[in-house]
Amino acid sequence: MTASRRLPLLLIPATLFLLVVYVWPSLGLFRNAFNEVGPTGAMVEAWSLETWRVTFHDSFTFELTLNSLWLSAVSTLIALCLAYPVSLFLFRTDSRFRGLLAVVAILPMLVSGVVRVFGWLAILGDRGLVNTTLQSLGLISAPLKLVFNWTGVTIGLAESIMPYMILALLAGFGRLDRTLEEAARSLGASPFRTFRRVTLPLSLPAIALAAGLGFVLSMSAYITPKLLGGGRVFVLATEIFEQATTNTNWPVAAVLAIYTLVLLLALLVVSNLVARRLQR
Amino acid sequence: MTGAGRVLSSFAALVYAMILSPIVVVVMLSFSADNFIVFPPSGYSLRWFQQLVGNGPLLAALWLSVQVAAVVTLLSLAVGVPAALALAKGRFAGKAALTSFFLAPLLLPTLITGLALLLFFSPLKLTATLPGLVLGHMTVTVPFVIRMMTTALANLPDDIEAAAATLGATPWRVVRRVTLPLATPGLIACACLSFLLSFDETVISLFIAGPRASTLPVEMVRYVEGRTDPLIAALSVVLIVATLAVVLVVERLVGVARAVGK
Repeated sequence: MTASRRLPLLLIPATLFLLVVYVWPSLGLFRNAFNEVGPTGAMVEAWSLETWRVTFHDSFTFELTLNSLWLSAVSTLIALCLAYPVSLFLFRTDSRFRGLLAVVAILPMLVSGVVRVFGWLAILGDRGLVNTTLQSLGLISAPLKLVFNWTGVTIGLAESIMPYMILALLAGFGRLDRTLEEAARSLGASPFRTFRRVTLPLSLPAIALAAGLGFVLSMSAYITPKLLGGGRVFVLATEIFEQATTNTNWPVAAVLAIYTLVLLLALLVVSNLVARRLQR
Repeated sequence: MTGAGRVLSSFAALVYAMILSPIVVVVMLSFSADNFIVFPPSGYSLRWFQQLVGNGPLLAALWLSVQVAAVVTLLSLAVGVPAALALAKGRFAGKAALTSFFLAPLLLPTLITGLALLLFFSPLKLTATLPGLVLGHMTVTVPFVIRMMTTALANLPDDIEAAAATLGATPWRVVRRVTLPLATPGLIACACLSFLLSFDETVISLFIAGPRASTLPVEMVRYVEGRTDPLIAALSVVLIVATLAVVLVVERLVGVARAVGK
């Protein structure tokens, strides 16, 4: 059939589109990292490592890196502790609402991020749900500072990455063999012991992959740190955006973007290696 | 041992409450009578919905977002579905490599894509224009359409197509009269989700939008940064209802978990 030989021609529009609007701009980003910023703040075309030298001699870059890594680690850990039981529940339940429950678990991923951030402002704000409840119970006298700081950003980020981690865990649980758990139970192991000695070890690869995903998503999140941080939380993502737009310092933005990307790639490689090792 | 057990089920219920709390709170807040974000509200009214109808900039942004999302959806299907067809049905050298090339943009954070597009569009004067926003959103939707439709088309039963071909239909006729009609539920679901992806796209838009052309999520971010009143809650309710409608359509057609998962 000549037509099946002509089938690959259908790939041409998509390939051209991605080459022009994706690959070429990405190369442009790379190119910009080797330009310099002149004394007036204007960009100077060059092929130098000056921007890299300046950026990495700045202790602020180091601080941003630590902030990003720490924030992502804590958010991922919280999200994992919450996502794991939900995924296990969804994997095991024989409720006829299972399909609906799965959709509800990943619903936040389909609702605009700005809407969810706004919801957190109403829950964690000075006159929000948490503070009014605690005050009416007489537990606190002055409102707790829960937003426009690291606490708010961590909570918001954990919630926003949870749906993705639930999906990753569910995909990983597919390989969990129920008969092994049943064997342990019938041999007299308590439910907790069965979980600790059978279920948990078997799901470790899924945990590693989900944690890797959550970490990468938190590192590259911008909206949550920006809005729930209220300008007081500085991470790599917020700095890249500030440098690119407010400061129009493209070379520095490009250097930080490439640096962040390298960090993310390293993290992904590590989490995949860990998952593969745990699989054996 | 069947089912999930009581301890696990109650813990899951708690987490569900946490997952849903921002959305529930936003809905209640939209009916607030207060001037600020106070929860629970001291009284209820429809004043913020009335304010919303009178808010020119937000309505203009909403209209632009709808236009952008509609154009993005049409163009992404036009570019993505043929590619998906080739990847699902074709046998040629380099198919695996091409597939990863098409899906790569989904792995890169939109923060990086947005920055790259800002640097690319600025000299071309495409920032803060409708074509610029459309092209920017398509870097997300085209790979998404290719991924979703390749799976959908590959999962179609081969025998009906084979029967049509044996009965003398030309390959293009098979695609037009058999493959695409069979794939219609998937196509509609894919169009819905592309629309949603473009409509909700925030980070890329923040990089390339401007005062002349600003989408709804960008205007919402600017509003939340500047002021704290329940207006955005009222707008959010409208968006949540619209999103739920789309999600229900997709769920009926193909299943949301499968569509967004992989």
